[in-house]
Amino acid sequence: MFESDPLIESDIDAYLDQRVRKDLVRFITCGSVDDGKSTLIGRLLHDSQLIADDHLETLKTDSQRRTGTDDIDLSLVTDGLKAEREQGITIDVAYQYFSTRHRNFIIADTPGHEQYTRNMATGASTADLAVILIDARKGVVQQTRRHSYLAALLGVKHIVIAVNKMDLVDYSEQRYLEIVAEYTEYSANLNIESLEYIPLSALQGDNVVESSEVMPWFVGPTLIDYLNAVEVAVPISTNEFRLPVQLVLRSGADFRGYAGSITSGQIHRGDRVTVLPSGVSSTVQRIVTFDGDLDMASAGDAIAVTLGDEIDMSRGDLLVKEGENVELDTSIAATIIWMADKPLDLGEQLILQSHNGTANVRVDTVRYLLDVNTGQKAKATALQLNEIAECSISADRKLLFESYESNRAGGSFILINRISNSTVAAGMIAGPLSPWDQAPKDSLEVQDSEIGALERQLRYRQRPCTVLLTGLTGAGKSSIATALERCLFDRGNSTVRLDGENVRLGISKDLGFTAVDRSENLRRVAEIAHLMNSQGLIAIAALLAPQAEARARARQLVGADQWVEVFLDTPLSVCRSRDTTGLYEAADRGDIEEFPGVSATYEAPEDADLRLDTSDMTVDRCVEVIVTLLKEKGFIHE
Amino acid sequence: MLYSIGKDSSVLLHLARKAFHPGSIPFPLLHIDTTWKFKEMIEFRDRICAELGLDLLVHTNLEGLAAQINPFDHGSQTYTDIMKTDALKQALTRGNHDAAFGGARRDEERSRAKERIFSFRDSNHRWDPKNQRPELWNLYNGKVSDGESIRVFPISNWTELDVWHYIHLENIEIVPLYLAAPRPIVEREQNLIMVDDARFPLRPKEQPRTRSVRFRTLGCYPLSGAIESIASTVPEVIQEMLLDRHSERQGRIIDHDQLASMEEKKREGYF
Repeated sequence: MFESDPLIESDIDAYLDQRVRKDLVRFITCGSVDDGKSTLIGRLLHDSQLIADDHLETLKTDSQRRTGTDDIDLSLVTDGLKAEREQGITIDVAYQYFSTRHRNFIIADTPGHEQYTRNMATGASTADLAVILIDARKGVVQQTRRHSYLAALLGVKHIVIAVNKMDLVDYSEQRYLEIVAEYTEYSANLNIESLEYIPLSALQGDNVVESSEVMPWFVGPTLIDYLNAVEVAVPISTNEFRLPVQLVLRSGADFRGYAGSITSGQIHRGDRVTVLPSGVSSTVQRIVTFDGDLDMASAGDAIAVTLGDEIDMSRGDLLVKEGENVELDTSIAATIIWMADKPLDLGEQLILQSHNGTANVRVDTVRYLLDVNTGQKAKATALQLNEIAECSISADRKLLFESYESNRAGGSFILINRISNSTVAAGMIAGPLSPWDQAPKDSLEVQDSEIGALERQLRYRQRPCTVLLTGLTGAGKSSIATALERCLFDRGNSTVRLDGENVRLGISKDLGFTAVDRSENLRRVAEIAHLMNSQGLIAIAALLAPQAEARARARQLVGADQWVEVFLDTPLSVCRSRDTTGLYEAADRGDIEEFPGVSATYEAPEDADLRLDTSDMTVDRCVEVIVTLLKEKGFIHE
Repeated sequence: MLYSIGKDSSVLLHLARKAFHPGSIPFPLLHIDTTWKFKEMIEFRDRICAELGLDLLVHTNLEGLAAQINPFDHGSQTYTDIMKTDALKQALTRGNHDAAFGGARRDEERSRAKERIFSFRDSNHRWDPKNQRPELWNLYNGKVSDGESIRVFPISNWTELDVWHYIHLENIEIVPLYLAAPRPIVEREQNLIMVDDARFPLRPKEQPRTRSVRFRTLGCYPLSGAIESIASTVPEVIQEMLLDRHSERQGRIIDHDQLASMEEKKREGYF
């Protein structure tokens, strides 16, 4: 704790008045000692005149002893941690506090390499901003990518790339621009809200607190100017109101208040609110605090509200504005960071703790491991210390949640081991578990057939497969499917035709045309096709299927070796001209939402088995090509 | 809630009142009374608890008391071990408390920089810095088995200046010893010790002199060093505190003072 401000001496009351208005910025520093991280923090404190005189004297003595020169080794400012490292105490996150005239800062410093993922995730979880150091001589290295990936994963909004050691590259603008270009290209795929580059030399003090005289070509802010100015507050109006109820407060016979801290949005007296999960609504009567009732309260405020009606509400419930909703489901898709020495045991009972209460859960499947160095996803089934994975989690009761991306408080959780009580993982919710990923109930078993696949092949004189005809409305999916069915039937094959429109008249009549519903429709068709294939039949599915991911999942469900994807690649103008039912016009008017080709994207297949442009091919010709392919692949005989 | 009667405890108590308003604080306060606290502290404690209707538990290590353990004859370390650390463990164990709030802060000392807000303690009340629970977002894991407990440090992220500033803004009452006033002082090994009662064994020719002093930290009076000061209001204390850091001579005494208090807190089992 130390401040440097002339007002302290001249007018302490004015200083304190001013200090009330300072906001708090929390940031994490990423980089190794080699990148000059300790020196940078030391420089920041030293040049802001935030190191007490006596501390400075000690530093001078220590520096002299170590280096034999009079220069102060600024890396020693935060050196208290080194001694502990030598004692073998694991330092995961150490917090430093400092202030400028504009702001108060908390630095989360995460040294160490071995536990880096866990440590950095911990520091980043509460950070508004990340300062990532790059050694100007080395440029973007693997570590830079790892830091950036984790910061983006945890949703750190602002990233500052501190290109350090500019003094060792002769303060070269060209070198700086190379690094900027390199990082800009790399980070394009990361979800970073704001990105700032600052060339600096922590050792020489360039652009940390003082503007650099030797880099006149750089016109941006110094690091401290940036830290003082960056906008970290979330605009309240853009967020929906959430009050996780921590406690039902009672006082006297009449008072019954619901207490907690608002995690997002704002609330006014008189607002209509809904209690989740019960869904019961009421009106905010009072917003009670120790300092008197409020008319309005917003994110961060700790309040107790009273409601106009007597409602059954308890700890773990969530108060939202009427008409707003959050997800309520027993299974979720989440990215989890495993933090325990013992690897995840699939199916073991864990406790999930979030702002919306606790539940008994288990991780059903680990789908992908995320490589923090490359950002690549890899198939996986296990999860070990410091690994990050996309998982499916199911709970013994319905959970209230939101996606981490839309609401940090509603989308974050920790997993706790039930026996040791230790925190074993941190998680970020992606959303409700897609039906594609839902695990069947444990109690179910496959009832085997007595008829083998080979018997069926001999009987039907074919090998089963699923042909997906995908393309825009008007591309000719149904016409080709019908003609293909006729052709195969006449050849003596046994088929089943699954037309998108037909399934929507029955098994999918509950679905609409949103992206989610289209994906679900494809899933159902794929499940049916899979069943039909297992009975030896050839399935012909005619479905718009605009999403590449859904098609990939369908391919996986049916089995890649039985999957034949035919892309009817017909120009949009031709499709439009063929449309006799006026669907495109309705979409143009906005009467149909999320219409592929108009108001939604059709993600053209890149790996289709066949690509047919129906604008210059007849239906018969298309069928001929498909039949030829089926022969080549050995599904039907010559 | 561990209530030491000091400024951090006063802030913590104030926050608890706010958190549960208009209800009452649903847990007791625990004060470890070594019997050597400043008289003014005990008066302050009893008055505040009576005024606010708080449930106050006071525990003294009776075995230590019976053995007449005191800071003068047994040295500060033995004394604090028995009358503070042991006493606290006794009280927590006897009360079977599974959680205890404390007013410790990360900025107090380097080794505390990595302390959690929810700090796990084993059945011997020990903190194992090598085996701490990861703490992400503001999701705190408070699960313990029988005999284990959690120390909760709600003002972990506050600085000393934050504490003083908050006391000023919220007009929180503190023990007057924090403000400068003429007090009977003897000087020993550069420490200014207040002669708070007749138990103070004056050395030959040692005479208490009235000096204007205040205390930065409060504990047992024979172990609390005062600093010379004329700061009689909270803003003046803040001003003095911030400016003193420029002065080498004052700084050393303050550092010394702070170190001594840190040692006490450590032994108290706050860590």
